[in-house]
Amino acid sequence: MIADTLAARRDLLERSKTVAMIGASANQLRPSYTVFSYLRTMTPFEVTPINPTLKEIDGVKAFPSLAAYAQERGAPDIVDVFRKPSEVLEVVREAIAAGAKCVWFQYGIINEEAIRTADEAGLAVVVDRCIKVEWARLSGGLSTSGLNSGLITSRRKAL
Amino acid sequence: MQDRQFGFSTRAIHAGTPPDPVTGSRVTPIYQTAAFVFGSTEQAAELFQLRSYGHIYSRISNPTVAAFEERMASLEGGLGAIAFSSGLAAQLGVVLTLAQAGDHIVSSQNVYGGTVTQFSITVKRMGIETSFVPVDDFEAIRAAIRPNTKMLFAETIGNPSGALADVDRLAQIAHEAGIPLVVDNTFASPALYRPIEHGADVVVHSATKFISGHGTVIGGVAIESGAFPWHNGKFPLLSQPSPGYHNKVFTETFGEYAFLMRGRAEVLRDVGSQLSPMDAWLLLIGLETLDIRMKAHVENARKIAGFLLGRPEVEWVNAPAMGSIFTFGLRGGREAGRRFIDSLELWSHLANVGDTKSLVIHPASTTHSQLTDEEMEKAGVGAGMVRLSVGLEDADDLIWDLERALRAACPQPLEVSRA
Repeated sequence: MIADTLAARRDLLERSKTVAMIGASANQLRPSYTVFSYLRTMTPFEVTPINPTLKEIDGVKAFPSLAAYAQERGAPDIVDVFRKPSEVLEVVREAIAAGAKCVWFQYGIINEEAIRTADEAGLAVVVDRCIKVEWARLSGGLSTSGLNSGLITSRRKAL
Repeated sequence: MQDRQFGFSTRAIHAGTPPDPVTGSRVTPIYQTAAFVFGSTEQAAELFQLRSYGHIYSRISNPTVAAFEERMASLEGGLGAIAFSSGLAAQLGVVLTLAQAGDHIVSSQNVYGGTVTQFSITVKRMGIETSFVPVDDFEAIRAAIRPNTKMLFAETIGNPSGALADVDRLAQIAHEAGIPLVVDNTFASPALYRPIEHGADVVVHSATKFISGHGTVIGGVAIESGAFPWHNGKFPLLSQPSPGYHNKVFTETFGEYAFLMRGRAEVLRDVGSQLSPMDAWLLLIGLETLDIRMKAHVENARKIAGFLLGRPEVEWVNAPAMGSIFTFGLRGGREAGRRFIDSLELWSHLANVGDTKSLVIHPASTTHSQLTDEEMEKAGVGAGMVRLSVGLEDADDLIWDLERALRAACPQPLEVSRA
């Protein structure tokens, strides 16, 4: 299922607890670090770096592969992908093998074969979106920065 | 949650303002505070490193101001917005987000006098030069763009000429040169025209005018589409490491949000020209009725222009193709203009536009009074030129007042016509 509506992404984020982040960086200037740090400090997600070159980021243990993660922690709810489009088909195959429920391709990562493979294997797929921005859109973060969340509601949000 | 595309008036009333989660207050509160308490040292660090969303200090962001910004972004069809203390501050904020000493701007010459002054004197003193060209001379615009040009600037409806910008064409010219089109949409408001839908990349407003709608606030806002490729190599302030923010590369860290993030986190932070929460609140209330007000303004303006066209004291009428602000020429020059203004009872003589109250100004006896008749003609401001901003009073009452003042101003043409 391609989660290409706001409601679909909200449902996906609400039912997910764990995020395995492929290509998470310890370099504070990289977008993947920004997203990792935001998910770790500001959201209820349990986020884990998947990066064979790192032992940990900010005290969170890193795993060398999705297979290694799944062996110890079980299937991740979301596999968040920060990799070149040419490398993501392999990531999708690993995500399927690890039993992931969703593959989330960050901004600019568009590989039609990888999208189709994940979709046909029954995973939820998000394409060309940032998990940080979508969480911030739904939780009110974008609105605090004068950014257009696209949300209209007269319901009072629970605290 | 519904994936519905809500209409313009629904968004003018609701965008950016869900009920307050703490109190349930349906109207967004005026968050009249300078600063905001951090949740923890870790969360404070995340905020300062621009990795998280939240308020630190009202010079950079404030919940009431953010609600106004989000509503403006929604109405103009943009990615986000940054509010400023005035329209000119918003415009300067856009310039400083894109350009630095040694850079260049191409601007329509058919723009507000305050914009001409800002670009040609203050911005020039900062080392950024501006070339002014006619808004409809596309060859001259193309020729004026240099390798160091950072933006093309125009007003949707020129002040006071009424000249309409061909935004689609200007956007095409700007994009061919790899630069953004920045459009001042003050006189149209997003109720009548949305430049981003026609290819503009940044929209600025003097929110003082139709957005406030009631002449209560000095304010401004810049809205960005999110569609411009700021990483195209022409905008090092966005695509090179920024010493103003921990050597962050805005295009890399923030992607499509690069312009909005640098505009707020560096420019607004350092210039300090933020909108106040009280003013943002008044602008939010103003926006709720924007659509019906604009329709009524336009309807009244049509009636007033029609009345003036039939009067012998009136030499010409530059009736508006869009909006409700226009000029007409009185027979009898500067003196007739003075008598006309001094005879009005209901129209307010002042230097503003876009109010529920009908407004009038005679440039020859006010803003341009130091110029000779010849100098004024050269500036495109005739000695008998009067600018009207048609308000929302009963059209019959406005026409009654104009008719009395026209008779008092110009006895001459009536005598001629009788003879």
